[in-house]
Amino acid sequence: MATSEISPGCDHCGLPLPAEPVVDDAGARFCCTGCLTVYGVLASAGLDDFYRLRGDEAGARASVSGRGFAEFDDASFFGLYGDVLAREPDGAGVARAAINLYVEGVHCSACIWLVERLPQFVPGVASAELDFGRRIAHVVYDPRQVKLSTIARGLDRLGYPPHPIRGHRAQAARQREERRELVRLGVAGALAMNAMLIAFALYGGILSGMDPAMRMFLRGGSLVLALLAVLWPGRTFLRGGWVAMRTRTAHMDLPIAIGLVAGIAGGAYNTVTGQGEVYFESVALLVFFLLVGRYLQGRQQRVAQDSLELMHALTPARARRWNPETNRFQAVPSEALAPGDRIELLAGELVPADGELVAGDTTLDMALLTGESRPVAAHVGAALFAGCTNLASRVELIVTATGAATRLGSLMQLVEQATTRNTPSLRFADRMAGRFTWTLLALAVATLALWWPHDHAAAIEHAVALLIVACPCALGLATPLAIVAAVGKAARRGILIQGGAALERLAGVGTLLLDKTGTLTRGELSVVSAYGAAEECAWVRAVEAQSSHPLAVALTQALGDQDPSGAAAEGGPPGLTAPLGSGTGVVVTDVEEQLGRGVQACVDGEQVLVGSATWLRERGVELAPGCVPGFDLGALIARGETPILAARGGVLVAAFGIGNPLYGDAPAELAALRARGWRIGILSGDDPAIVAGVGAALGLDPADVHGSVTPEGKLAAVEVALHTARLQAAPGSEPAPVVMVGDGVNDAAALAAATVGVAVCGGAEASLAAADVYMSRPGLGHLTALLDGAARTRRVIRRGLRVSLTYNTLAAALAMAGLINPILAAILMPVSSLTVVSLAYRSRTFDRD
Amino acid sequence: MEFVYIILPFALVLAALALIAFIWAARSGQFDDLETPSRRVLFDDAQERKGKPPESDD
Repeated sequence: MATSEISPGCDHCGLPLPAEPVVDDAGARFCCTGCLTVYGVLASAGLDDFYRLRGDEAGARASVSGRGFAEFDDASFFGLYGDVLAREPDGAGVARAAINLYVEGVHCSACIWLVERLPQFVPGVASAELDFGRRIAHVVYDPRQVKLSTIARGLDRLGYPPHPIRGHRAQAARQREERRELVRLGVAGALAMNAMLIAFALYGGILSGMDPAMRMFLRGGSLVLALLAVLWPGRTFLRGGWVAMRTRTAHMDLPIAIGLVAGIAGGAYNTVTGQGEVYFESVALLVFFLLVGRYLQGRQQRVAQDSLELMHALTPARARRWNPETNRFQAVPSEALAPGDRIELLAGELVPADGELVAGDTTLDMALLTGESRPVAAHVGAALFAGCTNLASRVELIVTATGAATRLGSLMQLVEQATTRNTPSLRFADRMAGRFTWTLLALAVATLALWWPHDHAAAIEHAVALLIVACPCALGLATPLAIVAAVGKAARRGILIQGGAALERLAGVGTLLLDKTGTLTRGELSVVSAYGAAEECAWVRAVEAQSSHPLAVALTQALGDQDPSGAAAEGGPPGLTAPLGSGTGVVVTDVEEQLGRGVQACVDGEQVLVGSATWLRERGVELAPGCVPGFDLGALIARGETPILAARGGVLVAAFGIGNPLYGDAPAELAALRARGWRIGILSGDDPAIVAGVGAALGLDPADVHGSVTPEGKLAAVEVALHTARLQAAPGSEPAPVVMVGDGVNDAAALAAATVGVAVCGGAEASLAAADVYMSRPGLGHLTALLDGAARTRRVIRRGLRVSLTYNTLAAALAMAGLINPILAAILMPVSSLTVVSLAYRSRTFDRD
Repeated sequence: MEFVYIILPFALVLAALALIAFIWAARSGQFDDLETPSRRVLFDDAQERKGKPPESDD
C-alpha cells in the first residue's frame, strides 16, 4: 500500500474528523458510521470512481438511515406511488414498473453518477435516472426479480435514503402541462422565424419594387404562418381576451387579442386586394415573445407547487401495525392506518399518527410542534402527536387520528388554506390593463377619424398598424423577466426564492416576525460562557460524559472538541483557553446521576458534583459571587443561559452557561433594519424569560417579544399583523408586508400565512416547503440582502415597464402620423423586448459581497 | 425568380419536419430536466466495472 500523507478529514466526505473518529479494519478514518458504511459499499461494488468524479467539490456527511424499508413492499404502497409500464404477455403479472423516489443526500455531480449506477448494484433494476434539481430518482425495475424494499435499501446504503412522493400524480399532471406549454412555445418560435424569413424578402420588395404576383405569393405564405401562430399557440390570448371582454375585467390579454386579430384581418384583406402593407411577421413575433414570458412564469409557479408537496414527506411513510391474523406487528404505509389500530413504535422513530400511549414509558422530542428539543416525558395514557420523535424506548399506541385529522395534518391544512388565501396583489401591469385598452382603442378611433377624410384605405391601414405596434409585448415581458433574473441571482447567493411572486409582495417596509431558536440563535445547545480554571475542565468532561442529558452532552462535546483554532474561529466560550486532549487519564468512580439535577462522582479521592445551581445549593455548596472569578449566577440566568456548575470537595470551582448563542451579526443587522423602518418582533416556543433576554440583547421593544407560543399561536400572531397592515394601508395601495422568518415545521402555518415566509437553513429539508424563501446559509445578513434585493427588483420592474410604455408611445405616434411600415415595426418590437431583457439581467439586484 | 415558388413551400416542409421532431422530443420528456444531463457529460462510459476492483500494485 502506498504511503500517503495523513489526510486531515474523513476519508469519505472530507469534512473535519471529530475527536474520536470512526475507524474501519484497514485503518481508514471517518467522521461518522454513515460515511464508513458508504465507503465500504463503494469499495466492494467497485464504485471508487465516485471519489475521482467528485474531484474538488465539497463532500457531505453520508446519511445512511439503516432502515429496512419493509413498508415499501406493502400492496398499497405500489398502488399509491408506483406506475405499471408493461405487463406480462398473459396480462397477469407486471413485467416492468417504475417509481419516483425523493432521495436525500444528493449534493454533487458524482452523486448523480452513483445513483445512476444502481442497476450495477441491485440486480433487477433496469435503470435509475436522477433529476438533480428536484432530487428525484426515476427507477425502472422488474417486480418479478426485485422488491421495492431491496431497491430502497440499495439506495440507502449508497448514502441516499429514499422517500415516496406524496401527490406524485399531481406532480405528473403539472409536468404534462409544462410540456404542453413548451410545445406551444416551440411552435410559435418556428412560425415566427419562418415568417421573418419571408418578411425579409418582402422588405426587399418595399425598398426596390417587386412583381405583384410574387408579392402576393409571399404575403400569402406569411399569412398562413401568422394565422397558424394565432390560432394554435396564440389561442390562449384570444381566449383570454374573449373572457375579459365578456366579464368586463381588465386583463392584458384583451389589448393583445385586439392587436392579433386586427393584424390578421387587415393583413388578409391587403393580401387579397394586393395593396397596402402587411404585418404578419410582427404578429407572429408578438405571439412568440409573449409566450416566452408566460412560460418562464409558469415554470416558477410549478416549482413552487412541487416543493409544497414535499411538505407531506414530514410524517413517516411507514408504521408497524398489529395484525391479529399473524399475531405480529407488520410494516404498512402510514397512509393505510386507521383510528383504533394498535401500532408499535421503537426508539428513534417518528410517530406516524396521533395516538394514545397504551404500553411503555418514554420521552419524546416535540421540536416539530414546539420548536424546542428538550425532551418531554410520556407515560401510559399520554397523547402522542404525529411527527414527534420517540427518544427513549419502545412503546405501543392506539391510533386516535390519522392523516389530515392529526394535529400535524391540521397544521398542514392551515398552511395550504393560508397559501390559497394569500392571493398575490394584481401585478402592476395587469392593473394598468384596463386603462391601456381604452387608450389604445381611443387612439385607433382617433387615427381613423384623422385620416378618413383624406384617404379611406390609408385610414384603416394606419389604425390597424397602430393596434399592432402598440401591442403590449414588452409590457408583458417586463415583470416576468425581471423576476426570473432576480431569482437566479438570489439563488447564487444561497437565497432560494420559490415562485417569484414573493419578490413582488415585499413592497416597502413592514413588520418582521422572527422565530428564535435556529433563526436568531444557533439551533444546537452549546456552551456560551465558561468560568473557572482550565485544569478543572478535564474531570468535568469525564464526569459529564457519564450522562446522556442534552445539557451534559452539549457540555461534553464543547469541552472535548476544544482546540485553539476551533475556539478562535467559532468565537468559542470565553474562559477556556487551554486546548484539551481527549480527557483520558481522569479516573471517575462511584458515578451517581440524579435525573434532571446533576451527576455525583469521585475523582482522585475527592467527591465532585456537576449539575444545576439548585441541586448544588441543596448539597451545601456555596454559590456566592466571587468564589469563581468572573462568575455571577444571576447575570448568567438573566442572559437566558442555563447554568451548569461544578464543585470539587464541596467548593465551587467552575461554571458554564449553556444556551443557544446568538448569531454574531444578529444585533447589527436588526438594528439596520429597524433604522429603515421595519417593526421587528420575536415569536418563540421557548421559555418567556429566555426569549425576553434575547429580545433585550437585540434592542427590541418588549411588547413585541413573545415566548411559549404554540404553532397555532404563531399563525394567530401573523394574522393579527396582516389585519393591522390592511387597516393601516392607504386606500388603493398594497398593505405593508408581514414577513415571518422561521426554521421549520412549528412555524409552518405562520410562514404560509405571512405575506412572505422565509425559512432559515437547519430545518428539516422537507419542512422548508411552507415558506416562499429558503435561506441556505445561516446568519441574518442574508435576510437584509433579501429585503434589499426585493426593493431593487421592484425598481427594475418599474424601469422595464417605463421602457415598454415609451416604446408603445413612440410606435403609436409613428402609426398615427402614417410613418410606420413593416420594417420599422419589425425593428421596434424586438428592440424594445431586448431592452427589457437586458435591463432585467444586467441589473444588480442580488450582488455578491 | 420563379424557383422561389418551389423553394418556399419546400423550406416550410423542412421546417415542419424539424418542428415535428421538436414536438416529439418535448412530449416524451426530453426537455424536462436540462440541468442533470449537463453534469452527466463528465462521466466516462468505459468505467463500468462489476464486482471487486482490481488489485492495486503500488
